[in-house]
Amino acid sequence: MSVRKSPRTPLAVVAGAAALVALTACDSQGSTGNETAAAGGPIKVEATDTACTVSATTAGAGNVTFEITNKGTKVTEFYLYAEGDRIVGEVENIAPGLNRRLIVEVADAGKYQTACKPGMAGDGIRGEFTVTGGAAKQGDANAQKAQATKSYAGYVANNTAALEEETGKFVDLVKAGKVDEAKAAYARTRTYYERIEPVAEKFGDLDPAIDVREADLEPGQQFTGFHRLEKDLFVSGLQADSPQIADKLLTDVKDLVAKSKTFELTALDLANGAKGLLDEVATGKITGEEETFSHTDLWDFQANVDGSKGAITSLRPLLQERDAALVSTLDKEFANVQGLLDKTRAGEGFKLYNELSQDQVKEFASAVDALSEPLSKVAEVVSK
Amino acid sequence: MSEEGTRVSRRKLFGLAGAGVALAGAGAAAGIGIDKATSGNAEASVTTVDFHGEHQAGIVTPAQANLHFAALDVTTKDREKLRQLLKTWTDAARRMTAGQEVVPNGAVGSGDYAPPGDTGEALDLPASHLTLTIGFGPSLFDGRFGLAGKRPPQLIDLPLFPKDKLDPARGGGDLCIQACADDPQVAVHAVRNLVRLGFGVTEVRWSQLGFGRSSSTSREQQTPRNLFGFKDGTNNIKSEDTDFLRDQVWATAADGQAWMAGGSYLVARRIRMHIETWDRETLDGQQQIVGRTKGTGAPLGQTAEFDELDLDVGGAGGEPLIPADAHVRLASHQALNGVRILRRGYNFVDGSDGVGHLEAGLFFLAFNRDTRKQYVPMQQALSSKDAMMEYVQHTGSAHFAVPPGVSRTGYWGEGLFA
Ligand SMILES: [Cu+2]
Repeated sequence: MSVRKSPRTPLAVVAGAAALVALTACDSQGSTGNETAAAGGPIKVEATDTACTVSATTAGAGNVTFEITNKGTKVTEFYLYAEGDRIVGEVENIAPGLNRRLIVEVADAGKYQTACKPGMAGDGIRGEFTVTGGAAKQGDANAQKAQATKSYAGYVANNTAALEEETGKFVDLVKAGKVDEAKAAYARTRTYYERIEPVAEKFGDLDPAIDVREADLEPGQQFTGFHRLEKDLFVSGLQADSPQIADKLLTDVKDLVAKSKTFELTALDLANGAKGLLDEVATGKITGEEETFSHTDLWDFQANVDGSKGAITSLRPLLQERDAALVSTLDKEFANVQGLLDKTRAGEGFKLYNELSQDQVKEFASAVDALSEPLSKVAEVVSK
Repeated sequence: MSEEGTRVSRRKLFGLAGAGVALAGAGAAAGIGIDKATSGNAEASVTTVDFHGEHQAGIVTPAQANLHFAALDVTTKDREKLRQLLKTWTDAARRMTAGQEVVPNGAVGSGDYAPPGDTGEALDLPASHLTLTIGFGPSLFDGRFGLAGKRPPQLIDLPLFPKDKLDPARGGGDLCIQACADDPQVAVHAVRNLVRLGFGVTEVRWSQLGFGRSSSTSREQQTPRNLFGFKDGTNNIKSEDTDFLRDQVWATAADGQAWMAGGSYLVARRIRMHIETWDRETLDGQQQIVGRTKGTGAPLGQTAEFDELDLDVGGAGGEPLIPADAHVRLASHQALNGVRILRRGYNFVDGSDGVGHLEAGLFFLAFNRDTRKQYVPMQQALSSKDAMMEYVQHTGSAHFAVPPGVSRTGYWGEGLFA
C-alpha cells in the first residue's frame, strides 16, 4: 500500500523543538558582551521597509529565539543564514504590525547572517550574526554508516533493475490482452516494488501514481498504477484505457528507477524503512486490504519482509557492534515470521489471502508485532 | 403536576452519597444553570445542567467525562407516533437531567407485579451533569413522515472520504441521542431508558460508549490527551468564544430552515487508531505527525500550549517546522480559510480486534453550522494529506441536524411538526 513513510526531516530541527523548554534558559551561556542576547530572552528584531534592527548580534549555540516585529508597510520575511546562504531558519508572511517568533537550533559556532526581506523579495537587509560555543559536528560520516548505505544502495539497484524489467513484461501482457498470463505475472512483478517501497515513497507523486489503492483515491485523482490493472485483470475485465494505464505505469516505474539512482539515503533512513515496511504489513496486509481484487497479499507480505531484512542486513555490522542482543532478537523474529510465511506457500507463490483461517491471520499478526517491536529500536541505536 | 410535590428523586433517597462528588465538581460546573426543580437542595443541584434554553445542552456544556451515543431508526410510518415519542422523550430527559427517575418513583414504586418504570441503575447516583442532546439524520427527511420539505440544505449525506473504511453497522440513523455525564452509569441509564420508551417506534441501529473526553469546550478545562498521548483539542472552539459560536456553530433562520434556528449540525465519526504501530513510532516522528510537542502540547517551534500556531516558521533549509502533512496544520483555521468546528469527541476501547490489537480510537463528535463548508473541507484535507492517516482509519460515519433547545413547555423538534 502506498502510505507515506517519509523521513520526518529535518531531524536536528525537531530535536531542537522538543528540547526547547529545557534549553531556553541556557541559550546564551558562555557568550560575552552587551550585544549578546540576554539569557533566556528572545532576540528582538525590528523590521521596517528600510531597516532590520537586531537587538543582539551574538548568541550561544543551541536554541536561538528571534522575536520579529514588522513596523514597516510591506509584508516581510526574516531569515537566519549560515555560510553560503544556507537557510538555518526563516519566517515568512509577516504582515505589517504583526509579531512573529522564530526558534532555531544552531548547533555549530561560526558566522551567520540575519536578513529582513520587506516585500518578500531580493537578498534582504543583511546583518552579521555570530554563534559561539557549539557542539561537535555529527553526521553520517561514520565509516560503518557509509558502508551500510552503500550496501543498501546495491540492494535497491538490484531490485529496481528487476522491477523495470518485470514491469515491462507485465505491461506487454496487459497490452496484448493476455489476461491469464498477466494475472500470473502480477504479484511477482509487484514483489520488486514492495521490497523497496520506502525508497519509492521518497518521490512524492510517483508512489501514489504507481501503487494507490482505489479506496484511498482523493477527489479528482485518477485511478492508475498496479491496483487499477489488478482490478481490470481480476474483476472488471480489461477496459478500453487499460493499455494507456499500462503504458503510464511503465513510464512511472522508469522514472522511479532513474530517480532512485541519484538519491542518497542515510543510515537512519534504512532503519526507519525497515520498520516502516513491517508497519505496512501490520496495517495493510494483515487485514487483506492491499490486494482487494487479486488477494495476493502474501506476496507483498513476503516482499515487505525481504525489504526490511535487506535494510537490516546492510546495517548489521554497525548493529552487531552497538547492540548484539538486538541483532539476535531480530534474527529470531525474522525467522519466526518467515516460518509462518513458508507454511502458506503454494506452487511458485503463496495461498490467496482469503484462504487463510482467522487463526492463521492472528498468528501472523502477533509474529509481525513481535518483530516490529525490536525493529522500532533500530533507529535509536543507529542514531547514537 | 408540580415537580416539587411528586418528586421522590433518587437523590432525595440517596442524594447525600453523591454530595462529595458534587462539590468536587462545583468548580468545573461554574456557569451551569441551577435546575428550578431542585433549587431548594443546594448539594444536589450543583451537578445538574439546565435542560432548557435557546440551544440544547451538551454542545457548549463543559465536556463531561463519559459518553453514551446511540443512533436509532424509526420503525413506524406514523408521523403522530413519532411526534408523541419526541414529547415523551423530552419529558423523560427533563427528569433525568435533573437527577430524577424517568417516571416518578419508577424503580421501586410501581408495584410488585409490573416491571419497574425506571430501570434503577442510577438510583443512588447524582445527576452527574447529565446532558441529553438529540439529532435528526438525513434519512428522517425521506417520504415517510412528510418531512422532506423540512430538510435543511446543510444536512447532507456525508461523502465517502479517501481511506474511509466504513462499517455499515456503525453509521447512519434517523435519530441520535448523545448522553454525556460525569458518571458512565448515568449516561447509560439515560440512553437505556429512552430506548425503552421508544420500543415500537424506534430501534437502535448502532451505539458507542466513550470515556475520557478528548477535547475541552471551556477555557476552564484542561486540554485532555487522546489515546496517542497528545493534546488534540487545544484549538477547539470554547464556550467562551461567543463570536465563533455565533459564526461557526449556531444555525440561523436565514440559513435555510427556520425550525433549525439555534440548532447545529453534528458529525459523528468512529476513528479506529492503530495504537500498536503508533507506539513504535519515534517521539520525533509522532511530534512531526501531530505538529505539536508531546510534553507541553506547544505547536512545533513555539514554547507553550496556547501559543498561536505559526505555519510560516521554517527550520534548516527553509523546511517548515510544522511539516506540510502535519495534523495541526491541515486542521487549522489558518489553512482552511478561517473554518473552525466545535469538537466534543471521546476516546473508546471496544476490547480487542481478534488479532491481538486494541479495538480503540477516537469517537469524533463535532458541531458546526454548515457541514458542507466546515467539516467536509477539513476532513477532505485530512483524509488526503494528513500524515496521521497512516495510523487511523475511519470506520463509522453519521450526520445529524441538532434542533434548537426547548422551552419549559416545549418538546424536542417541535418546529419540525409545526
Ligand atoms: Cu485532531
